[in-house]
Amino acid sequence: MSLSLESTTQTAKAVRLRILRGVGIDPGEMKYDTFDVPREEGMVVLNAIHYIQANLDPSLSARWNCKAAKCGSCSAEINGKPRLMCKTRVDSIEGDITVEPMKAFPRLRDLVTDVTENWKVAATIPAFTPKVAPGQVWRFYQQDVDRSREFRRCIECFLCQDVCHVIREHKADYVGPRWVVKAASLDMHPMDGLNRAEFMKDEGGLGYCNITKCCQEVCPEHIVITDDAIIPEKERVVDRHYDPLVWLYRKISRSPSQVEAGTKKALKAVFWVTLLAPFVLVPMYFLAISLL
Amino acid sequence: MWSSGSRKEEPETLDRSYAERTSDVLVIGSGGAGLRAAIESKDRGADTLVVCKTLLGKAHTVMAEGGIAAALGDVDPEDNWKVHFSDTIVEGQHLSNWRMAEIFAKEAIERVYELEQYGALFDRTKEGKISQRPFGAHTYRRLCHIGDRTGLELIRTLQDQVIKRSIAFMDEVAVTKVFTDPKTGRASGAIGIDIKSGRLVLFRAKTVVLATGGCGRVYQVTSNSYESTGDGIAMAYRAGAELMDMEMIQFHPTGMIYPAGVRGILVTEAVRGEGGILTNTKGERFMSKYDQKRMELSARDVVARAIYSEIVAGRGTKNGGVYLDVSHRGAAYIKNKLPSMYDQFLEFAGIDITKEKMEVAPTVHYQMGGIRVDPETGETSIKGLYAAGEVACGLHGGNRLGGNSLSDILVFGRRAGAAAAEAALGSELPGISQPDIEREIDRILSPFSPGTGANPFLLKEDIAKNMWKHVGIVRNGEDLEAGLQEVQRMRTVAANVRAKGGRIYNQSWLDALQVWDMLLGCEAIIRSALERKESRGAHTRSDYPGKDDRWLVNIITVEKDGKMSHDLRPVPRPPPELAALIEKE
Repeated sequence: MSLSLESTTQTAKAVRLRILRGVGIDPGEMKYDTFDVPREEGMVVLNAIHYIQANLDPSLSARWNCKAAKCGSCSAEINGKPRLMCKTRVDSIEGDITVEPMKAFPRLRDLVTDVTENWKVAATIPAFTPKVAPGQVWRFYQQDVDRSREFRRCIECFLCQDVCHVIREHKADYVGPRWVVKAASLDMHPMDGLNRAEFMKDEGGLGYCNITKCCQEVCPEHIVITDDAIIPEKERVVDRHYDPLVWLYRKISRSPSQVEAGTKKALKAVFWVTLLAPFVLVPMYFLAISLL
Repeated sequence: MWSSGSRKEEPETLDRSYAERTSDVLVIGSGGAGLRAAIESKDRGADTLVVCKTLLGKAHTVMAEGGIAAALGDVDPEDNWKVHFSDTIVEGQHLSNWRMAEIFAKEAIERVYELEQYGALFDRTKEGKISQRPFGAHTYRRLCHIGDRTGLELIRTLQDQVIKRSIAFMDEVAVTKVFTDPKTGRASGAIGIDIKSGRLVLFRAKTVVLATGGCGRVYQVTSNSYESTGDGIAMAYRAGAELMDMEMIQFHPTGMIYPAGVRGILVTEAVRGEGGILTNTKGERFMSKYDQKRMELSARDVVARAIYSEIVAGRGTKNGGVYLDVSHRGAAYIKNKLPSMYDQFLEFAGIDITKEKMEVAPTVHYQMGGIRVDPETGETSIKGLYAAGEVACGLHGGNRLGGNSLSDILVFGRRAGAAAAEAALGSELPGISQPDIEREIDRILSPFSPGTGANPFLLKEDIAKNMWKHVGIVRNGEDLEAGLQEVQRMRTVAANVRAKGGRIYNQSWLDALQVWDMLLGCEAIIRSALERKESRGAHTRSDYPGKDDRWLVNIITVEKDGKMSHDLRPVPRPPPELAALIEKE
């Protein structure tokens, strides 16, 4: 009697996990396995995974490392939402829990995906480049630090990459939210001497992002990815490429090889005329009116 | 830019084939020490390859919170390397290698400025200098920090430098053995499992740097990550290297204890650095009984023992902890200076630390012992094999000061990388014997042997429980012997440990191999702890309660005739000019 009672209590307390299993990228080989795991106070989904490995099925694979939401290894989709398994409390979810690997990346086994393409993308972002010669001790202030600080919280869990429909559905040439955040963290570094707008517009494919803000909703570090990184980076591109005066000025000052000397001289004239015209023409207009 | 992936053929479980990679310098481990070593090695012109068990940038270094200790004197101008040197030796209970401490205290300063020029963004003082916070047993405010995410910034900065330099790396490769040339005895390479493909890889190299971190996961309650299973210690020992002071395991005074699912997660010392107060259930600020002068900011071993004593005396909470309270500093200050602590408690425990007390208890945090190395170069007792960071031993003695590990990995990571590169550049590729390779492949594939055997995940839990029960903060001979017997019993279980499933990303396979490394680490810890018949630093024996200066020795662990043997060596004495710097207790 006591045994069956205990077993009933256990079942009543158990949480049911449905886990998408399989090896490799072939969707035909995927299947869901169901496991009942006893609940423990404060338990997170990763605890349940560990219970399954130790007690029910040691062949289950899941990538994890710090189990403290600091390393970003245990990314998965929990009931369809990209989340860290170590940070998702079982008692925050009602009913069964479905755990699937991230969909934007090729699957290796069970919940583990291959995220290595991120390193290739990382290598394309123009690196931190100090604007002063090395050797001296730098002085700058907390408010300078604070602009970049938010982006440095990134733990590279790649959940933002996973949820990004540009990467997930179109595999387009867009670096993705994580790498825009990286570029922003460097662009807003007080001692960095580069502007990554050029890169973001061309190789970075920033134009593909249509600001659906899905990435900032899933960020476990609460980085406001779209508002604080993507939009300012987009603004940099706009400032640089679509402001006619800036465009003209850059043609003159920054591209000596592309523009012949004569053309450059002419462009320079146009630039100064356009810039100064209002200051000359407007007073002349008023002068003319007052004289008439 | 993004592919849908290509189909990976899974190798047969008993496939013995292996790929080969050759480099001048092989760096094993991608924490701060490994990455700094790789940067230095590459900058000196050596063809460098980094392999690591985790994904790049996930190493345990990301968990470091409070800061990096260096005597910049930006906040307290009185500070200088001499005081830092003295603090390190005194709080290391005079077991530290004086030359390592000297190099460390001097070079930590350059390494911090260098890290800043690599792109790390430290918090600032009002004058625009690097801000430094107080920490336990540091005489002056000395910890340069990035909020409470210093380790993350450090690893990301170094990772960026590695990518910028196009240094070759293979992440998610679990190295299982370091080879030595049978003729010369020099380190000559390694073999491991490419976790993503399930295939074996043989690494041939002129020199090898071990930067594999510690073994905290041999304990049940630990702040350490999955990968901290002592692989590097086991590999070095099996290659014939000397280990040192293995009994010295640091219990961090403050880990989370509630809820049970998050037990062990670190609560940074920066909480106390920023004014956090420890109290027991009677409301007493109990640190006044243990260290009236330094209170909460006493050395880690002292605070950990104090908390332990309060709990044992029945003045702990029902969850088995004490209270830590920083709420008097105000919400804005806490969210600015301790942002990840605020998040951690709110999300894991439902506690708002700007209003409520935290519940904390000691958690295993760091291994002061490790592979004995040459202070100048980080070379181990095996030629061509270098070690840096937590896996190496010599700097921290009987107790590591908070913040010293981050400067340790930069200072000695750089030195190991430099020495490994210089040695490699002038030399020929040493040999690896084929029988050695075949023997290791046998071992690697043994968890796939037919028949049933132990579940590696369960066995790891048992290993961790045994250490927690028998080799804790306060030890005694009887418990240690019982712990050792249990280790020997688990060895027989481990002999039949089995993996389940195929070769691609098979965790049960990796864990089955880790079990043997962990048991080796456990044995070294327990035997050294039995050896040291006194209480010093992190090592407390209830049967030998006092500190005894006859034990100013380093305990060496080395394999002799297939058995673990020990050797006691007096701690080298510093020259008079340095001895004069060391403050008398």
